[in-house]
Amino acid sequence: MRTRFQQQMEDLREKLLRMGGLAELAVDRACQAYTERDLTRCQLVLENESLINAAEREIDELAFDILATQQPAAVDLRFILAVTKINADLERVGDQAVNIAERVMDLIELPAVELPVDIPRMATATSAMVRRALESFVEGKAELAQAVLEMDHVVDRMRDEAFIVLVRTMNEKPEVTQQALDALLVARNLERVADHATNISEDVIFWVLGADVRHHAHAAASATTPRTDNPQ
Amino acid sequence: MGVGITVEHLNAFYGKTQALWDINLIVQANHATALIGPSGCGKSTFIRCLNRMHETIPEARVEGFVRIGDLSVYNGTSPTQLRRRVGMVFQKANPFPTMSIYENVAAGLKLNGFGNRKQLDEIVEKSLRGAALFDEVKDSLHKKSGASLSGGQQQRLCIARALAVQPEVLLMDEPCSALDPISTGKIEELIFQLKEQYTIVIVTHNMQQAARVAEFTGFFLLGKMIEFDKTEKVFTNPSDKRTEDYVTGRFG
Repeated sequence: MRTRFQQQMEDLREKLLRMGGLAELAVDRACQAYTERDLTRCQLVLENESLINAAEREIDELAFDILATQQPAAVDLRFILAVTKINADLERVGDQAVNIAERVMDLIELPAVELPVDIPRMATATSAMVRRALESFVEGKAELAQAVLEMDHVVDRMRDEAFIVLVRTMNEKPEVTQQALDALLVARNLERVADHATNISEDVIFWVLGADVRHHAHAAASATTPRTDNPQ
Repeated sequence: MGVGITVEHLNAFYGKTQALWDINLIVQANHATALIGPSGCGKSTFIRCLNRMHETIPEARVEGFVRIGDLSVYNGTSPTQLRRRVGMVFQKANPFPTMSIYENVAAGLKLNGFGNRKQLDEIVEKSLRGAALFDEVKDSLHKKSGASLSGGQQQRLCIARALAVQPEVLLMDEPCSALDPISTGKIEELIFQLKEQYTIVIVTHNMQQAARVAEFTGFFLLGKMIEFDKTEKVFTNPSDKRTEDYVTGRFG
């Protein structure tokens, strides 16, 4: 029964996982490049972007093909809608990694300075969000996705703190303004990556539970009683 | 105007075999309600209980309560009274082959002794217009037989014939299963328009058709109503795992 359809759905899932791997790698490389002022890693991130863009198109094409030819319903329909949205978010994660790499390339040209901001800690938290959002997709578990939503507040707070201390640094030490500005932009890029991880998690919850938790995440998620069966 | 249908604790039997188990359902007036489910699940038996066709089969019987508008279907209402208010369209178009298009539509009224020719003309035209067929056959109403029409036209002729007796409820048992996509599209468009005036219950194997035409959908399995909800809910996020498995093609 529907073996071709099931094969297409499995292909779609695998393609998205590969795409997720590329996006995750891009963020990790960009963050390591920042910490180690490593130009090679920056270049790898830039080269990686074309792979992510190609993967995005491939996933969209397959999703459209399945929608047009198989008329999926219920959990299958929700899965495909979630995949197309996660796909777009992963592509944006790749873009943010490129932005970080470009900031780092700028920073490498400037003298190294100590800044009162813990970008590596923020990078670790953000990478963990992306990784866990993808794990929730792999496992088809809404509770894992829900945990990612909780982490978003932490990264938001880190970004706010980074803004405060870096603006103060720019006022107190104008000679490091360029470096502080680059760090501030990196913090903002990381916060955007966390937002995309949050979107991915919301899409996983939509797929698994059929609940739209965007914008009112906690109330909607807790109001939805999940079925005990796994959607996969 | 259409009327609502209330079904309570409906059980149907073929001899000793029970085909429907404790069906409870409220069909809203002037809405289309689709019944889906695998072959043999009882959905056709169910709509045949609504107009008392089930009991025409030897040894078949019904228990429970059905009300259509103010009529108690199994308590003090004759099948003839009932069927004037409940029209039915079947899987295979079944026009009277020796009658003209006009006579096919007028047949029900004539059987009921309706003799006013002028009014009959008006009702035939109105019914054919209601079934979106009039423009295609207006020049050959008396010349062509019902059987000379295409499959899609024949099915719309049967709908016109059902509409002519001015029913309140229209039951449709897989009305498009023998039609091509163009004819199917016309019938679906028609169902959409007809529900402004009639209450429609449609049995279909085509799940996309149910999703397109009906506001409510019931899923039957092994003679039981597993789930009944808004169509959008049934096809995007059903409450029961069995419904989900069926609408996603995992069985059936």
